[in-house]
Amino acid sequence: MKPVAFWGALAAVLAAGLALTSVVANEYYYNALYVILQATMMAVAWNILGGFTGYVNFGSAGFFAIGAYTTVALNKALGLPLPLLILAGGAVGGLVGLGLGYLTLRLKGVYFAIATLAMAIVVETLVNNWSYVGGAKGSYMLTPEKHLWFDSYIQMLFVVMLLLTLSAVAVSRALSSSRLGRGLAAIRDDEVAAECAGVPTLRLKLVSTTVMGAMMGIAGAPFPYFVTYVEPGSAFSLFIAVNAIAMPMIGGTAHWLGPVIGALLVGTTQEIVKVTVSSEMNVLIVGVMLVVFITLAPQGIVGVARKYLRRRAA
Amino acid sequence: MSDELLRVGKLGKRFGGFVALDNVSLTVRAGERLGLIGPNGSGKTTLINCITGALFNDQGTIHFDGRDVTLLPPFQRARAGMARTFQIPRPFRSMTVLENLQVPLEYAARGPSGRRAVDEALEVLEVIGLRERAQEDSARLTQIDMRKLELARAMAAKPRLLISDEAMAGLSSNEVDDVLGILRRLNDTGITIIMIEHIMHAVMRFSERVICLDAGQIICEGTPQSIVQDAGVQRAYLGA
Ligand SMILES: Nc1ncnc2c1ncn2[C@@H]1O[C@H](COP(=O)(O)OP(=O)(O)OP(=O)(O)O)[C@@H](O)[C@H]1O
Ligand SMILES: [Mg+2]
Repeated sequence: MKPVAFWGALAAVLAAGLALTSVVANEYYYNALYVILQATMMAVAWNILGGFTGYVNFGSAGFFAIGAYTTVALNKALGLPLPLLILAGGAVGGLVGLGLGYLTLRLKGVYFAIATLAMAIVVETLVNNWSYVGGAKGSYMLTPEKHLWFDSYIQMLFVVMLLLTLSAVAVSRALSSSRLGRGLAAIRDDEVAAECAGVPTLRLKLVSTTVMGAMMGIAGAPFPYFVTYVEPGSAFSLFIAVNAIAMPMIGGTAHWLGPVIGALLVGTTQEIVKVTVSSEMNVLIVGVMLVVFITLAPQGIVGVARKYLRRRAA
Repeated sequence: MSDELLRVGKLGKRFGGFVALDNVSLTVRAGERLGLIGPNGSGKTTLINCITGALFNDQGTIHFDGRDVTLLPPFQRARAGMARTFQIPRPFRSMTVLENLQVPLEYAARGPSGRRAVDEALEVLEVIGLRERAQEDSARLTQIDMRKLELARAMAAKPRLLISDEAMAGLSSNEVDDVLGILRRLNDTGITIIMIEHIMHAVMRFSERVICLDAGQIICEGTPQSIVQDAGVQRAYLGA
């Protein structure tokens, strides 16, 4: 995608989001859109490590919850405003990502994936026993009175999430066509060959886990304000972790656009089924879609589209 | 001393109980063309793996350009100026042929990024004869083109020492001549070359000095002429 087209598209989406807030008042839509955007950001973040670098992370919910609970803790301790809480969530998520990368530097494949799962379990156990943030019982967040010029707090939160998600997409795209992105792709393709071509694989892996962690922390930071009542069950939910893996796989992991397409497709389907059938179906939907894509189109939607375009060109 | 580029001292490498390299010592002068021969399984690739850091040696030392690199990770050795091809091609399969060269240009050679890197990569592809394949997926190349890509990727690292591990296997005799010419020209610009090859006439024609490995040990070293006449070498090859 040409830079002009890309930035034009981002601006158009942002403008459409802002326009929506002055036309539609029904809160249901903002709730649904927020959930889809949050999932998109998580998918984009997962893809930086899982897609670009080739390291599968099962612990996404842990990073997300780290962002959410950073908000809970800092809001209670210092009463920080949302922008600072988002920065803090990103910082803590990034640090934990760096730590995870450091502890798992020599682990590959399935061992790395299991280590990420273990990390999420450890964090969940800690939060369950940390009474300051509510422990297993959870804690309430007061919705702030002020919401800029928006009609309601959820409208503002939706626009915040839209901005964050668009930024994440821009970062992911910039990364994928940069020197750093080529280094990550070299790691994914062949670590030994990458090293022999001068790529500092261990260092780049740390960069990748850090960026992934920071992005997920940021995605989780506004969550307590969105749900107003946070408990470990919702912050560490299987749904979040499964979506973060499945959406990029369905959309295609090799390209920055893959997780975006996958998240929009799966996320929208889930929201529609949630109102027409039931929310119990959500994990089932993503599970079925994932199986279908892995068997029929392992390269995801972007992969299928590329193959089609190449055939037309040839 | 000053023109010594690589010194391998008493190198040892085991795989479990199997001794793959046993007390291997050698030096390579800057600007030299060294041939490395030996029967299948004699340890040639293992030696290259240890020199470039793809495998860590159990015993011995490796000095490159006067610096002890024995414990350095491969990427630092690459940045210091070592480049190699892989006997079994290992392209970056998700990348185009062009992008495969951008990686060593940007990382090992720490050259420019972006447009200039692309131009330089295209120049290398021109030399190696893969210019028309630049935009193709590297995973879709033929085995022979993958071999050429291996060589191109090593060249793109702008090395001081280039190690070619059977880069010519499967090539037609015209193509072998082409590759020999390319390596010769690289050598003319001052790049030291270690060539591993089973195509005997190619090694003999190319090398100033040849080392023969058998069962993990150096059994003979000398000019191409003296190697051909060496009884041990003949026994190793006929026995193999
Ligand atoms: N990673 C490994 N693990 C176990 N054994 C290995 C490994 N790599 C090589 N070997 C063994 O070490 C010996 C030397 O192998 P190496 O590949 O170095 O031989 P070579 O001289 O390059 O042979 P060829 O001419 O067939 O390429 C062989 O017996 C091989 O089976
Ligand atoms: Mg070999």
